[in-house]
Amino acid sequence: MNTLPTVIPEATTAGGLLLVLMLVLPLIGVFAALILGGRNARRVAMLAIPAGLALAVAIGIELVQSGHTLVYLLGGWAPPLGIALRADGLSAAMMLTTAVVLLAVALFARGDFQTPANAREARAPFMFWTLLMAVWGALNAVFLAGDLFTLYVALELLTFAGVPLVSLEGRPDTLQAALRYLLFALFGSVLYMLGAVLLYGAYGTLDIALLAGRVRPGPVAFAATALMTAGLLAKTALFPLHLWLPPAHAGAPAAASAVLSALVVKGSWFLVVRLWFDVMPGVVTPSAAQLLGLLGTAAIVVGSVVALRQERLKLLVAYSTMAQIGYLFIMFPLAFDSAGNGPVYGAALGGGLLQVVSHATAKAGMFMAAGLIYAALGHDRIADLAGVARAMPVTVLTFALAGLALMGVVPSGAYLAKKLMLDAADGSGQWWWVIVLQGGAVFTAGYVVLVLVSVLRRRFDPIPLVKRVSRLSEFAALGLSTTSLLLAFAALGPVPGDLVSSPLAPRELGTFVAVVLGGALLALGLSRQPLLGTARLDTGANEGPLRRSVAAVGETFELADRLIRRWQFASINLLVLAALVGGLLVFGSPT
Amino acid sequence: MNGAALFGLCGAALVGIGIYGLIVNPQPLRKILSFNLIGSGVFLLFGVVARRGAALGMGGDPVPQALVITGIVVAFSATALAVALLLRLQEASGSATLVPPESAGPSDAS
Repeated sequence: MNTLPTVIPEATTAGGLLLVLMLVLPLIGVFAALILGGRNARRVAMLAIPAGLALAVAIGIELVQSGHTLVYLLGGWAPPLGIALRADGLSAAMMLTTAVVLLAVALFARGDFQTPANAREARAPFMFWTLLMAVWGALNAVFLAGDLFTLYVALELLTFAGVPLVSLEGRPDTLQAALRYLLFALFGSVLYMLGAVLLYGAYGTLDIALLAGRVRPGPVAFAATALMTAGLLAKTALFPLHLWLPPAHAGAPAAASAVLSALVVKGSWFLVVRLWFDVMPGVVTPSAAQLLGLLGTAAIVVGSVVALRQERLKLLVAYSTMAQIGYLFIMFPLAFDSAGNGPVYGAALGGGLLQVVSHATAKAGMFMAAGLIYAALGHDRIADLAGVARAMPVTVLTFALAGLALMGVVPSGAYLAKKLMLDAADGSGQWWWVIVLQGGAVFTAGYVVLVLVSVLRRRFDPIPLVKRVSRLSEFAALGLSTTSLLLAFAALGPVPGDLVSSPLAPRELGTFVAVVLGGALLALGLSRQPLLGTARLDTGANEGPLRRSVAAVGETFELADRLIRRWQFASINLLVLAALVGGLLVFGSPT
Repeated sequence: MNGAALFGLCGAALVGIGIYGLIVNPQPLRKILSFNLIGSGVFLLFGVVARRGAALGMGGDPVPQALVITGIVVAFSATALAVALLLRLQEASGSATLVPPESAGPSDAS
């Protein structure tokens, strides 16, 4: 009996050409910038990005109208011989988010990255605009690619475009951060490719749709899933594989940090989602998903606590990114129903998507605000931020709104995401994730309160500003934060309206006050400087035993973080993680 | 032992040596070389896969060969980028090490 499964041959659908345009537009931009050179790079980017936003909207409309996945077969060859580009709701939403964030980043960076008037070409501006379009093209390829090998190439392109963004300024510490980032990402991607090779060997195709029909739980599928998941987690910087993230994201120029933090780490996250829910729904097990959720929880706790211990604002925001990445993995256990019969699409997946979109917008806004404060003051020491609120009200408002959006205050996207995930946790009887979802907001509130209290502190002499920041930059960042805070309204189309309640309803207000109070307590206990009062305590004379012991906890977390971020430790963790995921797949499987 | 198994074992050994080198070697250049070793091992495995997939009566499955070529190009670009970064780092700081200054202590070997 040699019956091959009959596969209905796919065909290019209406609107398929839009996908090709979406893919090649940024790449044309890169080549145009390279050829035209000099100050034209910025002009090209400024033309291409709005056009790309229009294209992303067009793809979204086409998708909603036609009601099915858009497909384009390259050269008219159907998989397994050919390569397909596919756009479903998930990829359309991600492409739209990418275009919106990039537009805001481009407006933000317009002034910072302009070629000086007396030069024909300057390295940093030219590279920034070119790499911005390269990151964009790679992301679109990640969102559209229909087979695992094209995804590998797209992911590598993303890394190659993202790494130089870290070291745009060419300082030794940023070069080192970029090299660490690149090497660890390469370690991850080579594991991913090993997994892909094993899958090809067993099933003879790497096309996502074909593979999903052929994959059976077995040693090859287990090993491949474990290797690929671990490799992708290294690129996403999920705890305990985050060694490269804080120095890279904190050292890059603000506009580049915004792109790296809001978009680049989401590329590999997106691939984990594709792998687990589209390729391997029959292979992944609830226990392996619990592991991902557990790592996410650890990321939230460690990232937030270490963020509170930072002395520099940009490092604080970078550690907050590490914590927020943890949130993105809470959706994995919640996507399984209580019977553990494989993942179910539903509230959890929608919630995860919303969380990514709201985090992308809010975190980009937050990094931009931090960058503006740095540019205006010439430093970003949290202890010396007094008086900033009066000097830069718009920027402080941006930071506050982004913080509120990350905390999940009504009507932010994160609020709706939390609501959907809480529903999923209820529905699947996993009460422990309710604690994580609610408690995570308190940790987020901690570092937001810390920064806000520092900038709102009064100052008697006028604050020395080294530079006036451009209005356009300030408002581009504000626009992103506001978008994130109002995202629930935009997302209301597909979800029932009763999910969003008024922000002033007693229940919401109560939660909000509790979260902020909890955050304030955390900040009070864990921050390096005393939260209230302006004098810096250099001796422990005034400190009570409680504060001393809490500070000791904070120091322990810092020490643990430093140990985990050592190269050997992190790389062995990567291998251990792959083995753990593999083990949980083997022993968690029903057969 | 047939040829496919021998080459498969060689590929696995290369991957293992590469991973060992990537973890324990403190010098960035050796890490880059180790990454290339892992890559070669994976490509060799892919070649074995192509040979085994030839059971349908063909001389070999051509798809993996196309993918290996692409993979080699990607690995080459990665190596070039890493070496360029390393050279810039050496120029800018006078030393080529991956240890960030904050964690550099007397007990820190790498």
